Amino acid sequence: MQPVLPQGAGCSGRHAAKQQLAHSFGLIKAASQRARQQTLVTRAAVSNKKPARVVRGKCFVTRDNIDTDQIIPAEHLTLVPSNPDELEQLGSFALCGLPQELYPERFIKQGEIKTEYPVVIGGNNFGCGSSREHAPVCMGASGARVVVAQSYARIFFRNCVSTGELYPCEADERLCDSLQTGDEVEVNMETNVLTNLGSGKTFGLKPLGEAAPVVDAGGIFAYARAQGMIKTAA
Amino acid sequence: MQIGTSGRMLAAPPRATAAPMAPPRTPASTGGVKHAMTLTEKILARHSGNSVLRPGDNIWTEVDKLMTHDVCGPPAFGIFQREFGENAQVWDADKIVLIPDHYIFTEDERANRNVDILRQMAHQYGIKHFYDITDKSDFRANPDYKGVCHVALAQEGHCKPGEVLFGTDSHTCNAGAFGQFASGIGNTDAGFILGTGKLLIKVPPTLRFELEGELPPYIMAKDIILQIIGEITVDGATYKAMEFTGSAIESMSMEERMTVCNMVVEAGGKNGTCPVDETTLDYVRQRTSDAFEPEFADAGASYVKTYRIDVSKLQPLVAAPHSPDNRKLASECAGTSIDRVYIGSCTGGKYEDFSAAARLLHKAGQQVKVPTFLVPATQKVWADVYGLPVAGCDGKTAAKIFEEAGCVPPAAPSCAACLGGPRDTFARLNEAETVVSTTNRNFPGRMGNKDGRIYLASPYTAAASAIAGAVADPRDYL
Repeated sequence: MQPVLPQGAGCSGRHAAKQQLAHSFGLIKAASQRARQQTLVTRAAVSNKKPARVVRGKCFVTRDNIDTDQIIPAEHLTLVPSNPDELEQLGSFALCGLPQELYPERFIKQGEIKTEYPVVIGGNNFGCGSSREHAPVCMGASGARVVVAQSYARIFFRNCVSTGELYPCEADERLCDSLQTGDEVEVNMETNVLTNLGSGKTFGLKPLGEAAPVVDAGGIFAYARAQGMIKTAA
Repeated sequence: MQIGTSGRMLAAPPRATAAPMAPPRTPASTGGVKHAMTLTEKILARHSGNSVLRPGDNIWTEVDKLMTHDVCGPPAFGIFQREFGENAQVWDADKIVLIPDHYIFTEDERANRNVDILRQMAHQYGIKHFYDITDKSDFRANPDYKGVCHVALAQEGHCKPGEVLFGTDSHTCNAGAFGQFASGIGNTDAGFILGTGKLLIKVPPTLRFELEGELPPYIMAKDIILQIIGEITVDGATYKAMEFTGSAIESMSMEERMTVCNMVVEAGGKNGTCPVDETTLDYVRQRTSDAFEPEFADAGASYVKTYRIDVSKLQPLVAAPHSPDNRKLASECAGTSIDRVYIGSCTGGKYEDFSAAARLLHKAGQQVKVPTFLVPATQKVWADVYGLPVAGCDGKTAAKIFEEAGCVPPAAPSCAACLGGPRDTFARLNEAETVVSTTNRNFPGRMGNKDGRIYLASPYTAAASAIAGAVADPRDYL
């Protein structure tokens, strides 16, 4: 069995890169860093310098057409995510717009500010609606690391990648019918397999392709800078 | 200045950077057509220095305009400053448009602070296209204040054929009505554009909609787009462009064309377009003297799919809760009890939306049975609602007709309850009520209460429902 390490303890290239960037910008995304330290990430290969795109933990299962109003209701959009304290607050509202009767289990428990679900499962057209970047940002700030949906709305997918907040993974099949909220899963984006750790059942994932290294780096700016595409901020 | 909760503006003089040199123009739009392209492909080809583009090509497009508002502007500038540095200048101050419109008439402190941040950004970067509001007690005391960004962009001459517009709002696709490429983006992409004037995008494949036939007098553009979304579903156009053509589009005003393009994103579309014609040029030339260069789809361009719709056969529609593709005939839902009616927003709060509703109320000559809220999109729309006689209504203004029918007086222009917003937002659904609304989204919680039920409909159908106190077919009153 592979060792399970807390994320942020040097196991993830993505987070090392992110911390370095945060330092060089004089900007510490403290809230989201803390959030991510709560999730567990396995290390795929010790000798491999590539970041381990493996997320392990409980999953939260949603259905089709989860729109951005359900992810973050508009009344909370007054929070500006570039302010660290407001980012943390934003995270505490992640997915709070899901109707109570359909989702009696809440993504963030009452009185908590972080989620216990690093993995969110979706059906078709996850993230449809508004272009509010607050949607992937609040999910990332709450501690979510990856969404695995059947398909995505365009702007949400792009915002996941450009902010580096979430891996927007696509599944080969309709996982929202096969998994239940609370199931322990491992999302391995290196081998493109999602495993239900309880039943041992595995499901295929579509490769993230060129989006993966951008999320690894912590978003489009960090990626572009690491690649020498743009200069470091003055 | 860095954006922060307690941010004060430092004494930085407004500085505008010079526009970068235009890239060499390739003669894509002149001479013989070697590779036929759609309208979207033609515009993006010119803006990326390519003579030929195909769907799926990744290109760096030049940006003609970037629009942002009070909700996404502060984080977008926050990202720009973080990534490009405190002393960096925006790529071209004259190509940035700042429109406070979302959360204006509220006591919410953070909402008010966000408008203050936009003002600071306008000063710091010398952005002249900033439509400010300082006196919230009377919006008319603020001549610069416009209201809902997508309608204001059109009315202030920022929508121009052949151009590339991005905005930090998904309904930026509204401007495709002008034969331009217009699409919604997130704050990070907006921050990138603020620094560079460019964006990396993928060329979308195009769906073509040929709308032919004469529009019946009870059918509006809203019925057409609800018909289409019902047909292709809320993800039927994901990653795609939607090109609307045909005699029905030709006969439409710019306002009605905007209603069609506005809801492209409700089908998942990246952008929508209408062809440029005299109607477009007349509207644009009355509002700007700036140069522009229209593009036109080539004959023989390839489309993923072509849909042909005979609009003369359409019936009044609604999108029932809780999805814009939950299409039903208004007559099918007739009798469904409602608690209120809402007429407003970028898609349903233009002058023609109000004049249509007023015309129906005038013809019906009855009182509304449920509270009927009216929010003109912009200050100009508000003035027209109060100032212009509605055709065929004995010289009465829309405001007069609304008053006689017992509607709530038209409110100050803004996005208001379309997207819920702070608790004290005008007409916000604070209880689990049922509303017929001319807005564009009916997701759970969209207008405030999570258990609220929203029927999306045309202004005719909304007005008919107000009189009936239930969902109603406007043909019963017209």
